[in-house]
Amino acid sequence: MTNLRQSTVREKADSTKQMALAIGSAKPPRRSALRMMLPTLTPWLVVGLVLIVGITLFGVLGPLFVMDPTTIRDIGLRGPSSEHILGTTQTGQDVFAQLAYATRGSLEIGLIVGVLATIFSALFGILGTYIGGFADETFSLISNVFLVIPGLPLVIVISGFVPPAARGLWTIAVVLAITSWAGAARVLRAQTLSIRSRDYVAASRVAGERAWRVIAVEILPNLLPVLASQFVFAVIAAILGEAGLSFLGLGASNSSTLGTMLFYAQNGFALPLGAWWWFVPPGLIIALFGMGLSLVNFSIDEIINPKLKNVRLHRKRARAVARRLRAGKDDR
Amino acid sequence: MNYYLRKLGFYAVALWAALTLNFIIPRLMPGNPIDILLAKLQQRGGTVNASTRHALELLLGGDSSQPVIVQYIQYLGNVLRGDLGTSVTYFPAPVTEVIGQSLPWTIMLVGISTVIATMIGVGLGAFAGWKPGTWLDSLVPATTLLAAVPYFWLALIFVYFFATTMHILPSQGGYDVVLTPGWNAEFIGSSIRYGFLPALTIVIASLGGWLLGMRNMMVSTLSEDYILTAQAKGLRSGRILRTYAARNAVLPSVAGFAISLGFVVSGSIVTEQVFSYPGIGSKLLSAVTNNDYALMQGIFLYITLAVLGANLIVDLFYGVIDPRTRARS
Repeated sequence: MTNLRQSTVREKADSTKQMALAIGSAKPPRRSALRMMLPTLTPWLVVGLVLIVGITLFGVLGPLFVMDPTTIRDIGLRGPSSEHILGTTQTGQDVFAQLAYATRGSLEIGLIVGVLATIFSALFGILGTYIGGFADETFSLISNVFLVIPGLPLVIVISGFVPPAARGLWTIAVVLAITSWAGAARVLRAQTLSIRSRDYVAASRVAGERAWRVIAVEILPNLLPVLASQFVFAVIAAILGEAGLSFLGLGASNSSTLGTMLFYAQNGFALPLGAWWWFVPPGLIIALFGMGLSLVNFSIDEIINPKLKNVRLHRKRARAVARRLRAGKDDR
Repeated sequence: MNYYLRKLGFYAVALWAALTLNFIIPRLMPGNPIDILLAKLQQRGGTVNASTRHALELLLGGDSSQPVIVQYIQYLGNVLRGDLGTSVTYFPAPVTEVIGQSLPWTIMLVGISTVIATMIGVGLGAFAGWKPGTWLDSLVPATTLLAAVPYFWLALIFVYFFATTMHILPSQGGYDVVLTPGWNAEFIGSSIRYGFLPALTIVIASLGGWLLGMRNMMVSTLSEDYILTAQAKGLRSGRILRTYAARNAVLPSVAGFAISLGFVVSGSIVTEQVFSYPGIGSKLLSAVTNNDYALMQGIFLYITLAVLGANLIVDLFYGVIDPRTRARS
């Protein structure tokens, strides 16, 4: 559902080499390994973190404070007022209360699918590549095939065959995860390929380490930024995918997410009636949360791809030099 | 192995996988679609006898009289002959006919808006990445908002502004219903007017992804030695931008087309629903709500075929524009 693309394979494979060079040659000023793994605090990163933390708090704590979202009142469709901050639906239900519960539902599904999809992609991307040979070829073929088969149509067809009674939260989550892991697996494969051929990996294999230990201790730590970035993508894609599915009325039954809210808004004629307070907030929360996650991903990208980071450092240094020059002129 | 042969082989495997998924899904899922279907068919005046049941079973699975592998071969045979069964919703039209009517709408809508979005996105991305650190470049992170907006919500907002509030553009349908479809100026003008908002939705929602990808590749490309060489030769910066930097930076965008197209197609299905656009997405949804399994599977197959076909073309094209891919294999 989203058009956010993972940076391409070649780019990341290149950047791993670059990263190794950068770590190797960067003597002064020395940065600890942990520091290298953490993103630099930029204004955009701060905006992203504020959006994520704000919306997550709203979803987690919000439902504790709002009124019952299902209470039907005889006031009908009303605009925002002091009593109902975001107005009411056509059956007099409080939109703000619904929004809090729906945000919680969407975050839940995003988290579940994000974890599942990351596990799938790690399984196909890292394990297959490490074993190499036939397993690698097969795993790579499977992920490439899943990559070109369009996801949402497949999900719609699957949901169409599952009777609504059996369409629970976990069914939808598993279906979304199955259709969304492939892109990440491809990126992980490229990275693993480049790390697998490093000397220290070869050394630990020669030393007789078990395969799981080599993967977990030697390879996985180097893949953490990539895995983090893929996880963030998976969460965005899952929230968007679930919203689309629920908007079409094919989502998990008896769950309330931002998508179901929009479904009811559309079917309650919110558009012709001009009830913007009903359909604008749910989509805005999805968009802002997705934006927050992408901004964090931007910063993770700078760790993976130092070329992008250097641009910012250069710019900063150039600005500092310019300032010093200007200050020097003023002195004279 | 030859690059082109390998690509063709891969897409053959992908096609087979899609066909097989289509065969497996109904058999894995709970519930018996055939009973629901036969009841529906009877309601609409279709004759139901043992052979109808058998035909449906062949198509949807559950033909218990034969082993799965025989069912599978019969299914593949049916698909290859172009026999996708009969639609229940549009009875007695065969599925291929229903799809044939709606497919052009979607192909035009998605095709035109994808081309526009790609050109604008890649163009803007090239300029943003060319001069990193300018005001244009510092605005780039804001485009992540565009990339994270749900297609259908953007569609709702556009309908609210342009149709409900300002009454400039129509909000429902693909053309003015008083006109008969045909290749005349009046009808084409009407379909452009009706298609404008859906297209705008797809363009705006998919622009951000292209822009970001291109911008990042542009920044990476600028640190290559051949750019430095070109600058040292004293070439004009416009020439370096176009023929040296952008040409190389655009390659991953072309290669990433596969993933993007899948997303655009997915987004357009939901967008069509908002606008009641007469395309394949709306048909898919009406098939799902009416338990029209034959139509549902047929549409999934066609969408997959279209995406695979587009990707195959892009991959073959990629082999032409980037000789390294041919040399590597």
